[in-house]
Amino acid sequence: MLDDKYTRIAEKISLRKQTIYPQRGLIFDRNKKLVVYNEPVYDLMLSVPIKLKDIDTSSFCSLLDITRAEFDKRLETSKARAYQGKSVFKKNIPNRLYAQIQERLFEFKGFFFEIRQDRNYKYNSSAHVLGYLGEVNKSDLVSQEENYYEQGDFIGKKGVESFYETNLRGLKGERYYYVDKFGVNKGLYRDGKLDVEPQDGNNLILTIDIDLQEFGEKLLSNKMGSIVAIEPKTGEILALISSPYYNPANFNIQNRSKYYGRALQDPTKPIYNRAVSAPYPPGSTFKPLMALIGLQDGAITAETHFGCPGYYRLGNRIIRCHPHSFSTSLERSIASSCNTYYCNTFKNFMQNEKYKSSEEAYNSWKSYLESFGIGHKLDIDVSGEFGGWLKDASFYDKMHGKDRWNYARIISLSFGQGELGFTPMQMANVASSIANRGFYFTPHVLKQIEGLDTIPARYLVKHNTKVAPQHFDAVIAGMFAVTQSGTAAGSTIKGINIAGKTGTVQNPHGKNHSAYMAFAPIEDPKIAIAVVVEEAGYGASWAAPMAHLIIERYLMPETVPTTKKYLEERMINANLIPEKYRSFRDSLYHGR
Amino acid sequence: MEDRARIDIISLLLYLSLVALGIASVYSATSEQGAFTLLDGRSGKQLMWFGVSFFLGAIIFLLNANFFEIFSWYFYILLMLMLVAVLLVGSEIAGSRSWIKIGSFSLQPAEFAKYGTAFAVSAYLSRIDVSLENRKDLLRIAGIIFLPMALIVLQGDAGSALVFLSFILVLYREGLTPLVLVLGISAIFIFILTLYFGIVAFSIAVLVGLVVFYAFTFTNKKALVPSIAIATIVILFSFSVQFIFKNILQEHQQKRILVTLNLLEDKKGAGYNVDQAKIAIGSGGLTGKGFLNGSHTKGDFIPEQTTDFIFCTIGEEGGWMWSSITVSLFVLFILRLFYLARRAKKRFKRIFIYSIASVIFFHLTINVGMTIGLMPVIGIPLPLISYGGSSVLAFSVFIFTALRLDASRNQDLNSIYS
Repeated sequence: MLDDKYTRIAEKISLRKQTIYPQRGLIFDRNKKLVVYNEPVYDLMLSVPIKLKDIDTSSFCSLLDITRAEFDKRLETSKARAYQGKSVFKKNIPNRLYAQIQERLFEFKGFFFEIRQDRNYKYNSSAHVLGYLGEVNKSDLVSQEENYYEQGDFIGKKGVESFYETNLRGLKGERYYYVDKFGVNKGLYRDGKLDVEPQDGNNLILTIDIDLQEFGEKLLSNKMGSIVAIEPKTGEILALISSPYYNPANFNIQNRSKYYGRALQDPTKPIYNRAVSAPYPPGSTFKPLMALIGLQDGAITAETHFGCPGYYRLGNRIIRCHPHSFSTSLERSIASSCNTYYCNTFKNFMQNEKYKSSEEAYNSWKSYLESFGIGHKLDIDVSGEFGGWLKDASFYDKMHGKDRWNYARIISLSFGQGELGFTPMQMANVASSIANRGFYFTPHVLKQIEGLDTIPARYLVKHNTKVAPQHFDAVIAGMFAVTQSGTAAGSTIKGINIAGKTGTVQNPHGKNHSAYMAFAPIEDPKIAIAVVVEEAGYGASWAAPMAHLIIERYLMPETVPTTKKYLEERMINANLIPEKYRSFRDSLYHGR
Repeated sequence: MEDRARIDIISLLLYLSLVALGIASVYSATSEQGAFTLLDGRSGKQLMWFGVSFFLGAIIFLLNANFFEIFSWYFYILLMLMLVAVLLVGSEIAGSRSWIKIGSFSLQPAEFAKYGTAFAVSAYLSRIDVSLENRKDLLRIAGIIFLPMALIVLQGDAGSALVFLSFILVLYREGLTPLVLVLGISAIFIFILTLYFGIVAFSIAVLVGLVVFYAFTFTNKKALVPSIAIATIVILFSFSVQFIFKNILQEHQQKRILVTLNLLEDKKGAGYNVDQAKIAIGSGGLTGKGFLNGSHTKGDFIPEQTTDFIFCTIGEEGGWMWSSITVSLFVLFILRLFYLARRAKKRFKRIFIYSIASVIFFHLTINVGMTIGLMPVIGIPLPLISYGGSSVLAFSVFIFTALRLDASRNQDLNSIYS
């Protein structure tokens, strides 16, 4: 009987497979500006079994700028990590050194180079969206379906690189060589009959507007917070910023080891993608949504007025409101952010006779929110997405006892406090749903894969909210009033009708978070936006001006730099990083 | 017409095919080390040595056949002197002092010693007053064979010395009692079994065997005493095995034997050569990887691949097919030589031709056996195939002499010998 055991052993010894890495797909922004491209990295490899002969070790060491002891240590490590007839001696050799060594490689029998494609970036921007590459790890290797990856391969680890890995990576090529006992190349195996040419990956076009993105990053520099801007008609994400951010080039294969540890130590968490991962109570930005639910469910009508004495009395408790005129219409309640109006609305909703219990009423309220994408993941193509907080009724059963709670226990939900958490992405999606008057498309950053006609089907599905379109006009009128005569009037942009809602989010750990959601123009919404600036104070003072500046930049690029130069400078120059973090950050980045 | 020398064409063709196979293999094994054509490097040198061989062959055919018989003893004495000389003035290569430098060439007298010994054995045995049943003659013939063996062992080349055991086959053909062969083979078996199972287990097995044997044959009282005697000798011999193994064999020899018996796994040391050789031959498959396409051969993974391990090249590049063809050519050649020996009409000629056939047989078995791991590594070349001037020259001259003796067989019609 014929057995190919020895053939396999012989091939293991005398054949070396060289992997030819394809060009990974390039990444462009929505205006076809190149954002991500490839840069070769060179790995100095050792042929296994390792039999170094007649190598001038001292000149080799001086070429690589390592000591003899380090050489021996690397040799030992290489021996231990040998895999498929080869082992990495030194990774990521810089381009110039590569040329020098390559020239003299014939003197160093047993060494050879492998070229792989690392990423580099045209803009110091969008790191959280783009993600980064990394070497495949054990779980990648175990879980892969088509057995494509080998140890040492790069794979998209985060962001777009990870979501569209199969499109971007292309197909690896293979070249087979004979080697002698020193690992020296002895020519192509079977004249290259088994060789496979690599196929380059598909280029991606993102929905991101890289200029808008950079501008947003500038606004958020030295601040902790996020900006998410969406095109309501399509769900395309125009900008997604989480600050502090990092330079994507620092996280590529060559540099990551240098920067990753530092980024992990930073208490302001630059790696954390606040825009999709951080849940904030929406605060007053929740009020338009509460109004819409009240209108749809019959708790209020567009004409409902409530009197506000400056507080809402609940038994012997008082919920404070801001100073504004006593009688409050729906429009003014949004414009002046009246808490009392929404306490009343929520009470009406919860005590509606059609609900037999508080639990049933609460579940109804919850299902309205869920239809706006609250309380669950939206299934976007950005890494780190979190679903936010929206409790089940059972949570309150546990807290207060079954049937032992009513609206009064959870009244703070009516103005966006309490057990409620929206990510900035969800907040922007709510703004987008209001702009569309009752529906949204799942937000996404992929506009097109070059060479393919379609984007994933889930981004083309229209999600209708449970609020009918006719209820939106009254709420939008209120949101318009916010930017005209209400809380955000101070930073309004002439010539654009913006609907917005400020929020000041109570923060038990420090200063309040400044929040704002908006869309514009009202007549034909082209951008919906949510801004959160942590520990910054009123929504009107930071989040709203930033959102307005971004809207202006996007809708009226001809006015660039801006009609509000002073505002822009104030935003950019402000350092809102809490004092407690500053000295540590300074020593981390500027210390020795 | 009748007294003209007629060379045996079949033998000559077989010889030439093996030569061609050898040069091709040496060329292939060295083609990656700078030999671009057949005439470069080792294959070129090998060709040159065959050229010299043909020249010597022509001279041999010009000589009268009786010349060899008459000068037999002088050849033997001359070669023994060379073996002594090599001990005195030889240069050491790879741990053995077996080379004489003449200008830029090195000669290995041990290769030629077989040739000389064949003359002496043939000449002595063909004497009318010599019989292998006579103990004195037997001792003398043993002396003739053991003298060169001893000299070669002194050079540190135990492998080449072992080759002289092939003369036992010649003696057997000439009437030596088969008991010698039986005892020899039994000794090897006891040796292996003792190493495998240890003395205690082996001795118990022999004793159990004795009891079982007796139980079946207890009526036959005559068998009892001899069987007890045999068992005792066997056990005593097996006790001596440990001593022989530990004290007489050198460490590398011990290791090679243990590796062959699978008692020691040492793929990076003692077992490396055989392991790589097996891989090369095994990977050749049925039809091989093609001439000059052996990845193991090209990669120079097998030490001594042009010399003692040349069979790997054939096995890898020619596969099972060419390995079989090679072995078949050898077998046909040996059978043809046996045929020539049997048709010889003079005892001298017959014994001489048996000698060359036996030596080739011995080399073939040991060499191919060791490359495929059936035999321990004993460094002897594959005749006519392995690279090496001395080996090529010695075998060629040996063969041409045998063919010369055969060519003049018709002149012996009136010979009184049969």
